[in-house]
Order: sequence, then C-alpha cells, then structure tokens
Amino acid sequence: MSDTHTASGGKTSVWTKHQVFEKNSIFLLIGILVMISIGGLVEIVPLFYLKSTIEKVEGVRPLTPLELAGRNIYVREGCYNCHSQMIRPLRDEVERYGHYSLAAESMYDHPFQWGSKRTGPDIARVGGKYSDDWHRDHLRNPRSVVPASIMPGYPWLETTALDTAHIDMDMRVLAIEGVPYTKDMIEAAVSDVKTQGSAEDSLTAPFLKRYPKAITRELGGVQGRLTEADALIAYLQQLGTQVDFKLYDDKANIR
Amino acid sequence: MEQKTSAPADKSAVPQSGVGTTGHSWDGIEELNNPLPRWWLWSFYACIVWAVGYWFFYPAIPLVSSYTKGFLGWQSRTQIEIDMAELKDLRSGMTTKIEAAELADIEKNPELLSFARAQGSAAFAVNCAPCHGAGAQGFKGYPNLNDDDWIWGGKAEDILTTIKHGVRWDQDSNSRSGVMPAFGRDGILNRKEMATVADYVLTLSGLPVDKGADLSAGKALYAANCAACHGDAGKGNQEMGAPNLSDKVWLYGSDKAAIMERITIGGGGVMPAWSNRLDTATMKSLAVYVHTLGGGK
Repeated sequence: MSDTHTASGGKTSVWTKHQVFEKNSIFLLIGILVMISIGGLVEIVPLFYLKSTIEKVEGVRPLTPLELAGRNIYVREGCYNCHSQMIRPLRDEVERYGHYSLAAESMYDHPFQWGSKRTGPDIARVGGKYSDDWHRDHLRNPRSVVPASIMPGYPWLETTALDTAHIDMDMRVLAIEGVPYTKDMIEAAVSDVKTQGSAEDSLTAPFLKRYPKAITRELGGVQGRLTEADALIAYLQQLGTQVDFKLYDDKANIR
Repeated sequence: MEQKTSAPADKSAVPQSGVGTTGHSWDGIEELNNPLPRWWLWSFYACIVWAVGYWFFYPAIPLVSSYTKGFLGWQSRTQIEIDMAELKDLRSGMTTKIEAAELADIEKNPELLSFARAQGSAAFAVNCAPCHGAGAQGFKGYPNLNDDDWIWGGKAEDILTTIKHGVRWDQDSNSRSGVMPAFGRDGILNRKEMATVADYVLTLSGLPVDKGADLSAGKALYAANCAACHGDAGKGNQEMGAPNLSDKVWLYGSDKAAIMERITIGGGGVMPAWSNRLDTATMKSLAVYVHTLGGGK
C-alpha cells in the first residue's frame, strides 16, 4: 500500500474521504461506536420512559419462590433455545396460542424468556393447557406422549431434589432489578416453596396473600420431597395465566 | 509457486478485464477494483428511500412524551383486532349456527356436521392431540377416544361437559370429580390384600390368574372396597368416573402389576377445563368430532 487510490481518476469525492475509515481501523472502530450509540439512544432509551411501552396490567405478579426456582431450571436447561414465550399479534398465532403476549406479562422476568426460535411451540400460554402428570411424562420422555416430538428427555429433573438454598438470594437480586419482592416475601421464601408444593394447610392463606391466585398443590412439599421437575411444572403451569383476558380491555391500551 | 505472468505495477486498466486494481499486492497477486453492480447499487438506494417513506407512514420515531404515529395510523393492536374480526365474520355463517344448534341436530345436518368435524379436527390437533394422540388413540393414562369405552360418558353432551370443565381440574368447580382412594399408600389394604383383590379384578374381564389365587377372598375384598364405585360386576360408574373393569379396555395396563399400582396410588387422570381457552363453537365442534370418531354413544 504505497500510494492512495482514487476511484474516479483523482477527483476527491465523499467516497474517497470515506476511505479514511476503511483504511484506519481505529477510526472505523470509533465510527462504529458513535453510530451504534446513536441507534441505542434513539431506539432503546425511549422504551424506559414512553407511556405506551410500560403499560401496567391487572393481575401480573412476581413469580413465587417455587415458580422462580422452576424458571431457573428452565434457563439452566436452555429451554429458551427451542421455545419462545412471545405470542405475536398475528392471526395465526392468536388462533393457535391465544391472546397475544403483553409486555407487562414479562415485566418481572430478568432476563425475559421471549426467545427467538421455535423449534418447539411457543409456550407463553402453556399454563393450564396440560395436566401436571402430562408434564411429568413429557419431561421424562416426550415421545411417550407425543411420538413425533424431537424434544430431548429430561429424566433427571424428577430424580433431583430441588435445591432452595439460594432462592431468597435470587429474590434479593431480582428486587434490586425492580421486581417488587418485599422483605416479608424474601424471608418466607423457603417456607413458601414448601407451602406451594403441599396440600392446603394453615400456611396457604398467608402464601396466597403474598402471591394472589397462585396454585398450590400436593407435590410432597411438606416432606421436603420436591424435585426439580415439580418446580419446573409449577413455573410452566402459571405461564400466561396471570392476566384475566375476560377483563382485559384490548382497546384501552391502544395509544 | 512460480509466477507465470507479472501483474501490471500501476492501477491503470488491466488488459484482460478492462478495470484497474486496488493497488493491493500480495505476493504479486493483485485485487481488481470492479465497481458494484448497478442493479445492486440501485436496489440499495431504493431501500434507503423506502425506509424514509416508512418513517412517515408507520409508527417510527420515539419523541419526548410520545412517538410519531405515521400517516396511516397503523397499530399492530388495531390490526389484529381487524384481522380477528374478519376471521369471525368469515366463519360466522357456520359458527353462529353451531352455537345455536343442539349437538344432536348438528350431527343430523350434513353441512353443519362437515364444518364441525373440520373445525373439531383442527382444534383437536392443537389442543387435544398432545395427550390423546394425533389419531385420538390415547396413551397409557390418557384414554383412547375411538372406542366405545367411556369413563365419563360417551354421549355428545357428556363429552362436551368433559371438554368444558375438565376432569379433576381443581381450577374449575364444575369439573368432573371422583378420586380413587390410595388403598396401598394410605394403608387401607396391605400388600397381600391388594394382590388378592387384583387377582379377582383380572377375572372380571376373563383374564387368566395365577394358580392358587384366593378368588373368594378377593371377591369379598372387592365387594367391601371397590364395588361402591366400580359396581358389583365391575361394570364401572360414569357418574364417578369409575372405569369398567369387565371389558378388555385398560387405561393403565391389564397385567397384575399395573392393577396393583393403581390400587396402591389411586387417584386418576387429570384433564384441564377448556372453557377459558376455547369459544363455545369450537368446544361444540370438538364434542361432535370426538363423538363421531367411532365410539360415540
């Protein structure tokens, strides 16, 4: 590279000036940083203050400690690689999966699990679609119930005891990120895991006060026999069920 | 490798191709400086112009308290409302008839029946097939819907009730309920008693039993513990969802071990209620579809 080249026979055009960036990696790097910063400022920052992007919706609550533990397993096993949690406002998706997802429905998800690829179906509204037993069979060996499924089996989930040693710390971190976990919720975390995994008892009422409409069921919580599969199922069974779409007004939020 | 031809040292046109080089030279190999193809370049400019148009016609640029709405006033949320309303209109000719008609009348009317079966078949594939199988053949623990052996009733109306409210679904107070006690786990019967009664249950449908099985003791245990729901002759009771034990259809398997397992843990299958998820016409179509699979009563 001994001499500079001009594309159009020596005439200095804007394209020749651009060669400064093309031929000097530091300038190129700075140029890229400036452009991306402008894009980020214009496209991302307004999402934090524009009213239309921070719609509050009745019914959305933070995950219970058991559901949160299930969510951690969901993330750990990489479920998001094949399953999205984002029903787009398109006719075919609404027909198949139900009401399109609202931003508010993942407002307490850090990070959100919208996903970007559907090797399996979307599961934003899988809660209440199948029985707990079906989820158990399906997680153990998907082909036992869906012969054409290509999902791998996760048989170890139902043989691994659920570790709740750090669940209160998870909640504390999420609280820093803005999830409204109260001190009361964090202190009761380990006991709430058991309560949600047990048949109704004296602890159920205070638990439901903390997490309205959460589903409690007998999963062996009292005996401390909760497994990772139980937590994951508790998480899956609440997906997309928090907002009551019989009450939700689609038009009220069109701005 | 030995160089056969020497590239021109300057950047004037290369004789073979008619264009100059970039001036880069690596081991004597030089890079031609061909211009971008015209069609590509013009497509690129056209895309930029299109993007500018997009800014004006669609919601695009965030501002301080709102964002530019675009001349078309397009919103994804209004668009989906329009799309779904169109779809409803498109189908309403048939769906309103299905909503109004009795299930029996739908099955008598060939036009309604064919629509209901088509709609039912599509809804079945999305919602029911994961448990009951793509061909409604069922799996262990999930009933086959093609046969005439019904746990909660095989009339079209019964099937519709089951679809609407589910089975043992605790979030629906009208759900089908009826839970078999866990005779083994809860210590109502000991292991020997369970084996004895399992032998007797096998005989109800004519299945072979081990030599030396104490059938009279089994019969007595059956009468005391099982007959209240499953009936004296094991014919079952659809009111309680107690399966018929005297036929050849087995939900959890017909071997002694499978029967003992059920006696041990009791319970029963769970089916979600669909009334929150599906509209009336879809549920009725599903009921008609399942009822006409072959085993409907």
